Amino acid sequence: MNQKKIIAIIVRILLYAFVIGFFVYAGVNGYFSPIFEQSDTFWVLVGQHLNLVIISSFLAIVIALPLAVLFTRPRFRKYEWIASNVANLAQTVPSLAVLALAIGILGVGFKPAVFALFIYSVLPIFRNAVAGFNSINPDLIDAGKGMGMKAGQIFWRVEVPNAAYAIIGGLRTAVVLNIGTAALAYYIGGGGLGVWIMTGIELFDNAYLISGAIPVTLMAIGFDYLLRGVGYVISPKSTRQTADTATTT
Amino acid sequence: MISFKHVSKSYTGTEKAVNDVNFEVEQGEIVIFLGPSGCGKTTLLRMVNRLETITEGSILINGQDIGELNEIELRRKIGYVIQSNGLFPNMNIEENVTIVPDLLGWDKKKKHKRYKELMQLIGLDPGEYRKRFPNELSGGQQQRIGVVRALAADPPVMLMDEPFGALDPLIREKIQDEFLQIQREVKKTILFVSHDIDEAIKMADKIVLMRDGEIMQYGTPSDILIHPKNEYVSQFIGRDRAIKHLSLRTIAQLQEEIGLVEIDQSIVDSKQVNVHENLKDTLAMLLNQEADQVIVHDDNDEVQGAITIDRVQRYLHLEMRQKPAQSGGKEKVME
Ligand SMILES: Nc1ncnc2c1ncn2[C@@H]1O[C@H](COP(=O)(O)OP(=O)(O)OP(=O)(O)O)[C@@H](O)[C@H]1O
Ligand SMILES: [Mg+2]
Repeated sequence: MNQKKIIAIIVRILLYAFVIGFFVYAGVNGYFSPIFEQSDTFWVLVGQHLNLVIISSFLAIVIALPLAVLFTRPRFRKYEWIASNVANLAQTVPSLAVLALAIGILGVGFKPAVFALFIYSVLPIFRNAVAGFNSINPDLIDAGKGMGMKAGQIFWRVEVPNAAYAIIGGLRTAVVLNIGTAALAYYIGGGGLGVWIMTGIELFDNAYLISGAIPVTLMAIGFDYLLRGVGYVISPKSTRQTADTATTT
Repeated sequence: MISFKHVSKSYTGTEKAVNDVNFEVEQGEIVIFLGPSGCGKTTLLRMVNRLETITEGSILINGQDIGELNEIELRRKIGYVIQSNGLFPNMNIEENVTIVPDLLGWDKKKKHKRYKELMQLIGLDPGEYRKRFPNELSGGQQQRIGVVRALAADPPVMLMDEPFGALDPLIREKIQDEFLQIQREVKKTILFVSHDIDEAIKMADKIVLMRDGEIMQYGTPSDILIHPKNEYVSQFIGRDRAIKHLSLRTIAQLQEEIGLVEIDQSIVDSKQVNVHENLKDTLAMLLNQEADQVIVHDDNDEVQGAITIDRVQRYLHLEMRQKPAQSGGKEKVME
């Protein structure tokens, strides 16, 4: 136990050292220069990237959460596997194929990129929300009913708070994946930091590559922490354990 | 008063989980549904607050057919306790306890006052537990919170499905005692599911003994112990029914029927016992101490006489031979 802790600390320190070293190395070699020299372009790309992520995630939430609620109601529970399989299938299609499909329907540009990212985000959000609702002990719902709670009261006061941690977990996974995948939007003219990353790769230009990739990474880490924080704030400690076990299985 | 009138329930269409059940529960009584697993106890209980639909027949509370009442309002007037306690993990103890008052729209002050009263009832410090969450309490504490939560809005009727079934025997006995103490104060009409005959004998005013959805016998615990109606009942209560019955009788009752014996002065170092001690424990004392007599005193410490194994045995024989006098009226309902 203690030994594990020490190892964890050592690994963490090494990791931090590596990251700092990397930044110093990149800085000394001028790999961040595009950010400063073309800061207007940089902020446009960041804005596009954020737009891609936020709009597609928002759409995914708006679609996936109500579906998760629907498919965990007693009446529809037996059809949940259909929804899960459809969502699973969508996930197994390679990113580029989704992009190609999106172009086929929506042409090139921002819209098909959002659409493709949306397709990718729906599954983790849906799956985690379903797992969250299903992990709620049926006795709680029975007790709520028995005490005279209406269906809406059971949903908002028992089900949602107890599933919240798992639901946020799904959002986290989806958004973090989404931020990375959004770099591919460049291929269909969707903009975003992928423009610099791909330019860097194609031209073997480390400065562009790093000036694109590092902000994407920081963005992913930032959103991860943000959503983790939201999860901690909105769900009482006592509901987290069950949620954790539910999502890891 | 709660009346069950030809109540049947079938989940599947053919088999009946509850079959033509008829009986009445008086106000302020604890009635225990007793029987083996799958005999329909839970089903019968859950039809009372309409968590299960009634297939045939009707249940009346104070003459009102529950089928005609709004089910949400009905449930808010009936306390409901389940074995797994059903406390909400996302709410702290105070929120859990005052959930029904909250549903009924009580104001904050009134809810808090009620919370404190209820916690005092079970001897838990209201301030200390207020902000704790259910998983920060022991199993026994959680179960007691589950019980007072059901009492929160002071419902006249309580439904309890094996409320103490998941607790270890020592804690269970303590909580049973505490619950009986509370019941003496609050005098609720309680329907209580159990599959533990000892619990039923201890807690019940009446027992509904069930098999395969049907009532085998309905009566007081001593009724059922002394006059089992059929082979099934006597098998269920077991060969030690006589000894179980002794736990329902006190030395005072024996004294009234057949009197105590003179104290044998030649025996030194005799144990003392209060006249309100039950006969089962007294007998255990006689057997364990290998004493030939135990000296009985009353509440004022005045010595009443002595009791011997012989005396207990004579009283038991007398009791077992008695006619089923006190239960005649109630059993008619079933025939
Ligand atoms: N929701 C249900 N659907 C179908 N059959 C059910 C349902 N609930 C109970 N049953 C059946 O009805 C019968 C009575 O069940 P019930 O739960 O009332 O028994 P019980 O006496 O409470 O048993 P236990 O002591 O095990 O809790 C059983 O045969 C059971 O299988
Ligand atoms: Mg049961």
